[in-house]
Amino acid sequence: MLRIEYAYWLIAAFLLYTGLRNLRERRGWHAAFWLVLGTLFGAGDYILAQQAAGHALPSEFAGAGVITLALLAPRLHRTPHVETDTSERRLQSAIRLGHRLFVPALLIPLVTLLVAVLGAHLFIAGHAVFTAPQMTLTGLALACIVALFAASRVARTPWHAGVAEGRRLLDAIGWAALLPLLLASLGEVFTQSGVGTAIAALAGTFLPTGSALACLLTFALGMVLFTVIMGNAFAAFPVMMAGIGLPLLIQQHGAHPAILGSMGMLCGYCGTLLTPMAADFNLVPAALLELRNPYGVIRAQVWSALMIFATNVVLMWLFVFR
Amino acid sequence: MNYWPLLGVAVIIVGFALRFNPVPVVVTAALTSGLLAGFHVPALLALLGKSFVSSRMLLIFVLTLPAIGLLEHAGLREHAQRWMARLQGMTLARLLIGYLLLRQLLAMLGLTGVAGPAQTVRPLLAPMSEAAAEKILPELTDDDRDQLRAVAAATDNVGRFFGEDVFVAVGGVLLIQAFYTQHGIELTPLSIALWALPTAIAAFVIQSVRIWLYQRRLQRRAAYDQDTSAS
Repeated sequence: MLRIEYAYWLIAAFLLYTGLRNLRERRGWHAAFWLVLGTLFGAGDYILAQQAAGHALPSEFAGAGVITLALLAPRLHRTPHVETDTSERRLQSAIRLGHRLFVPALLIPLVTLLVAVLGAHLFIAGHAVFTAPQMTLTGLALACIVALFAASRVARTPWHAGVAEGRRLLDAIGWAALLPLLLASLGEVFTQSGVGTAIAALAGTFLPTGSALACLLTFALGMVLFTVIMGNAFAAFPVMMAGIGLPLLIQQHGAHPAILGSMGMLCGYCGTLLTPMAADFNLVPAALLELRNPYGVIRAQVWSALMIFATNVVLMWLFVFR
Repeated sequence: MNYWPLLGVAVIIVGFALRFNPVPVVVTAALTSGLLAGFHVPALLALLGKSFVSSRMLLIFVLTLPAIGLLEHAGLREHAQRWMARLQGMTLARLLIGYLLLRQLLAMLGLTGVAGPAQTVRPLLAPMSEAAAEKILPELTDDDRDQLRAVAAATDNVGRFFGEDVFVAVGGVLLIQAFYTQHGIELTPLSIALWALPTAIAAFVIQSVRIWLYQRRLQRRAAYDQDTSAS
C-alpha cells in the first residue's frame, strides 16, 4: 500500500512549492532550479517505466534536465537562512513549551524505527501496509508527516507554516542538496565508461606483485583513493577486488576472502570521510548546519579517518594471511 | 585499454581544487568521461537522466525540513540548549560519545535511517553540543560554533559508517558476498559482517579519544582565560 514512490511524489510537491514561492518572490533562477528538479522527481517513475519498456526519449529529456540544473546552479546565490522571528520570541516559546518540543523531533527517529522493525508484519485486509523495497525510507517519509502534524499541534501553529519554514531551510541548502544525486549519476557514468578498469590496469603495471605486503597496501590505499574519487566505497570495491584483491591477494598470496572483503570495504569508508564527492555525508551536513566553510565537516573528520585507516590496515595485515 | 575516460577524473580534481561550483564540475566530468568512452550524445543523456532519477532516495532528507523548521520556529534549539545547560554532569564529551555509541549500535542493527544530519544532528545534537561547550567556555566564537557543529556531524558519520557493516543485511556486506559469488567463492553474510567488528571498536575508541581531546582543549582555553582575567 505505502510505496517509496509516494515519498518521491511528496518530495516533488515540496520542490515545486519551493519553486513557486521563489517565483512569487521574483527570484527567477531559484524558481527555475527547483521547478526543474521537482519535475524530474515527479516524472521519475514515468521515466524509469519508459526506459524499462525500451523508450529512451524520456530519459534523454531527463538528462537534458540534469544539464539545465548544472547551468542554473552557479546562479543560485547561497542566502543564509533568515530567521523570521526574533530570538527573544523563540526563547519565550521554548520556555512555554518546554520538553513538549522534543516529542515531534523524536517522533522522526521513533516512527522510522517502528516501520523498519515492524513494517514487514503489518497487514490490512491481507495487503502489506509497507511494500518491501526501501521500507525504512518509506518509514522515514511517514515519520516526517507524523512529526509535522505533531509539531503543529504542540506549537499551535498551522502545518503549512512548517512547510513555509522548511522551504526557507531548503533555499538555504540550495544546490548542495543536488550533489548526492549528481555524484551517484557520475559514478554510474564512470563505471559505464570504464574509468575503474583503466585505473586498476594502471595500478597493476606499477605493482611489485611478489610482495604480499605491497599488494595489501596498494589494495588498501587504492580503496581509499578510489572512494575519494568516486565518492562511494561501493563503486570502488568491485574494481579493486577484480584488479588486485582477487587475483593477487586471494589467489596468489592466499588471503582470507571474508576478512579481505570486510576490512577492504572499511578502507573505502575511511575514504568516504575524506571526500567532497560523498556529498550527502560531508557537504550536505555542512550546508544543513550552516557552516561557513563547506569543507568544515571533512576537516573535522580527517584525523579520525586517517587513524581508523591505519588501525584497519594493521588489523588486516595481522588477520588476513592467517 | 582506453585511458581517455580518465580525463573525467582530472576534471573533478581540477574543478574541486579551483573551488568552482561543484554541480557543473560534476556534470562536465560525467560528459567528458562518457564522450571519451565513445557514447553518443543521446545515449549519454539517457544514461545521465536514468541514473539521476534512480537515485531519488538520496533527497529524502528534505522531507524532514518542514517539521524541523516548524519546531525551530517554536524554539526547539533554544530549549535543547537551556536543557543541556541545566543538566548536571552532562559534559560535551559524554554527550557526543554517548551519541556515537547509540548511533553505532543502531547502525549495527541495520537502523541507519533512524538518525542523521537532518533527523538528529541539526535539531538536537548540534544545539546540545553548543550548550555543553558553553558550560566550559561561556563565550564561544563563531569559529568555535562552526567547529562544534562539524564535530557533531563527523561523530554522526563515524558512528554510522563503522556500525553498519556489522549488520548482515546491509548493502555493503551483501555487495561483498555478491562479488565473491560471481567469482565462485561462497561466503555467508555473517562471516563477512563479524570481521567488521574489530575496526568498529577501534573507530569508537579513536573518535571518543578525539572528542575527549577536543573537550580538553576547550577546558584549557577556559582556564587560560580565567588566569589572564584574574591577574
